[in-house]
Amino acid sequence: MCGIIGFMSRKKKMINGEKIALGLCSLKERGNGKGSGYVGYGIYPTKYKDCYAFHILIDNCPKFEKIKVAVENILEQYGTIVKDEEIPTEEGIIKKVHIPWRYFYEVDEKFADKEEDVIVDIVMDINDNIDGAYVISSGKDLGVFKAVGWPEEVAEFYRIDKYEGYLWLAHARYPTNTKAWWGGAHPFNLLNWSVVHNGEITSYGTNRRFVEMFGYKCRLLTDTEVVTYILDLLLRKHKLPLELACQTLAPKFWSEIDDLPEEERELYTALRLTYAGAMLNGPFAIAVATPAGLLFMNGEIEDDTVMFGLTDRIKLRPLVAAEKDDLLFVSSEESAIRRICPNLDRVWMPDAGEPVIARVWK
Amino acid sequence: MIPSYVPPKYTPVIDKKKCMVCGRCTIECSWGVYRKDGKRIIIYPNRCGACHRCVSMCPRDAITIIEEPVDWRSHPLWTVDIRRDNLNQAKTGKILLSGQGNTMDHPIYFDRIVLDACQVTNPSIDPLREPMELRTYIGKKPKQLEFEFEDSKIKLKTKIAPNLKLETPIMIAHMSYGALSLNAHLSFAKAVKECGTFMGTGEGGLPKELYPYADHIITQVASGRFGVTPEYLEKGAAIEIKIGQGAKPGIGGHLPGEKVTANISATRMIPEGSDAISPAPHHDIYSIEDLAQLVRSLKEATRWKKPVFVKIAAVHNAPAIAVGIATSDADAVVIDGYRGGTGAAPKVFRDHVGIPIEMAIAAVDRRLREEGLRNEISIIASGGIRCSADVFKAIALGADAVYIGTAAMVALGCRVCGRCYTGLCAWGIATQRPELVKRIDPEEGARRVANLIKAWTHEIKELLGANGINSIESLRGNRDRLRGVGLTEKELEILGIKAAGE
Repeated sequence: MCGIIGFMSRKKKMINGEKIALGLCSLKERGNGKGSGYVGYGIYPTKYKDCYAFHILIDNCPKFEKIKVAVENILEQYGTIVKDEEIPTEEGIIKKVHIPWRYFYEVDEKFADKEEDVIVDIVMDINDNIDGAYVISSGKDLGVFKAVGWPEEVAEFYRIDKYEGYLWLAHARYPTNTKAWWGGAHPFNLLNWSVVHNGEITSYGTNRRFVEMFGYKCRLLTDTEVVTYILDLLLRKHKLPLELACQTLAPKFWSEIDDLPEEERELYTALRLTYAGAMLNGPFAIAVATPAGLLFMNGEIEDDTVMFGLTDRIKLRPLVAAEKDDLLFVSSEESAIRRICPNLDRVWMPDAGEPVIARVWK
Repeated sequence: MIPSYVPPKYTPVIDKKKCMVCGRCTIECSWGVYRKDGKRIIIYPNRCGACHRCVSMCPRDAITIIEEPVDWRSHPLWTVDIRRDNLNQAKTGKILLSGQGNTMDHPIYFDRIVLDACQVTNPSIDPLREPMELRTYIGKKPKQLEFEFEDSKIKLKTKIAPNLKLETPIMIAHMSYGALSLNAHLSFAKAVKECGTFMGTGEGGLPKELYPYADHIITQVASGRFGVTPEYLEKGAAIEIKIGQGAKPGIGGHLPGEKVTANISATRMIPEGSDAISPAPHHDIYSIEDLAQLVRSLKEATRWKKPVFVKIAAVHNAPAIAVGIATSDADAVVIDGYRGGTGAAPKVFRDHVGIPIEMAIAAVDRRLREEGLRNEISIIASGGIRCSADVFKAIALGADAVYIGTAAMVALGCRVCGRCYTGLCAWGIATQRPELVKRIDPEEGARRVANLIKAWTHEIKELLGANGINSIESLRGNRDRLRGVGLTEKELEILGIKAAGE
């Protein structure tokens, strides 16, 4: 059991982080204080908006400086650190076993044609090869803030109310399979992808070995990480339209596919055949924030962030959606949404396996 | 008892109080164990292989069979089997033949692997109340899909190669017409059609009687090319090139002349009564590129409409061979483990050549993943799959589907007595003698075989549900759901699984 919530302003109105914290705190029941986290989009000042913002947890130990140098050595191989600083935190709330550090970073021009691959390589390299450093986010103009603690503790620790963003996702964790540690809290992020996840992926072994075939390395000891990589592979590398990517995660049943008109039947069969290893089994509800460049079923390419919510195909985890003006919410509980916005225009329960998608209004 | 250097391995014992000397056993036993002499039954135990036909058919339930009625002087090195084999070879001067799979006392890895189940943190799924999908497609898959957009409509650009659609990941293995009787084949064919799955012809061609079921039959092309015609290739649902077989890696098929009857001779296109010994290699395949050419030739011959599989025996370098196969146009690689059965194999091959199927699946799956090829080709595991748990574990280790051979024969009555090569099978399975063949009623046989496949299918669904999975593709290669018991670190590493408790 975990609690998730996310919202997005489709007008890209900036909303203070205290709102998401308010929502998450009312999902306290669904967590056990062993991990909470937030991600905000649009949070950084103009001069850093085009930089990759690396949020990195570095072990708070005597070797701190050494680890930091190792991280910087990797970063400097591919580009320039524009600015780096410790992420401001409140003392005395959470035992600071890691020191969260952020780097605003530009990739060298000679890698211009494969910038994103370089960032992925850097993330893999650091997480894989540097003992004591974990990249928790690596996108532009966004940041993940997470730690072991209750929702309000983590919000306070990171001073989440000092940030404003147009899209927020948050997660209260009740770890069941893997130990509670900062890196294991949600959201999980890679580039401009962020995922919060409630559930337990029973197909993890299949999914992990599937993404590993494409060069991803699962090192964070939790199943949500693999969802991030699957989405990156399907949407960024294989350029699947978002609706179809959701279909690979929670595909239609064969009995449904068999009843479709021929052309659609071929499409959905091909999807299940080709991406069998991407299918997520077991109970899950996820909320995902995505980067620009997403393709839709009608052939349109979205040039801005999109948020979507999705459950497993028999809906073994809750997901409720709601709208108020330009705001679209997804959450484990309606109460959490109403805590942020008591008067809603519309509240509904999405069907099992049917995505709820929010795109920026043009 | 017939005077012999070798004491009998089994001896039937007739309870005289129960026996009414009806002589039924003398008819039922095709091995000549019993003879009626006036008011008594005379027993020749040397001929008994414990096939249980007499036991099952005795109307008075008067017969039991005792194993090793004669004690041998025990010796740790000179085992009874070794001494018996030496005695037999001293008599004949020939290679010892045997049937069915490896009988050596090696670990059965399937039995040292345990499964997971959901408790609390994720709900198990109840297959009686929720959908549970076992449908499996065998064949080539593209690396990725591409789409086209026309007038806001999405169209699939990628063409998907023909795949076999299985409603359950259990197929019946290639056992040739010749090794097996027509009624055994008819039973299998009717059963696979009913279960939405497939059977293999083996290397003996396709008798006309099976044509009505040909859309559920995979035709085989082996080194002997028996019965291979354009019509044969066209008829089947897919084609399998047999390079090797788990029971006897490195050599070709054997069909003793005793079993080559008129219909077999017509189907195989060989003279009646002649031994059908397939060459050890295919005479047009001396390297991997030759295999790739044969795959392509068969595809061309069938206008690229039939998936082509390549079957190899599980040997030390199976992973490397599988990569070679995966880079050809082949749609699936079949790996046949050393426990795999056969109608007739030299005993020395059956018991000493090849590796366990569990290790082979794990190694081939891993290697194909390392090469980034695993998604594009299917893996079919065969050789020693005995029950639904074995199927489940094989798939979790990395297979797409399995072939069952011996288990399907057991459904028809086989007791795994291992004398298929004699052509005297009392159950009418591995024989061509009309009076024995008719012991199988194809309708009844089909019902029993279909029951077995359905029972396993139910069990697999229950196991999947307990693992919180509602579709078989989420089990494929999901080794995280397996744990090893009593295995060494190296064995665990090769299987790619953790130890129980980890």
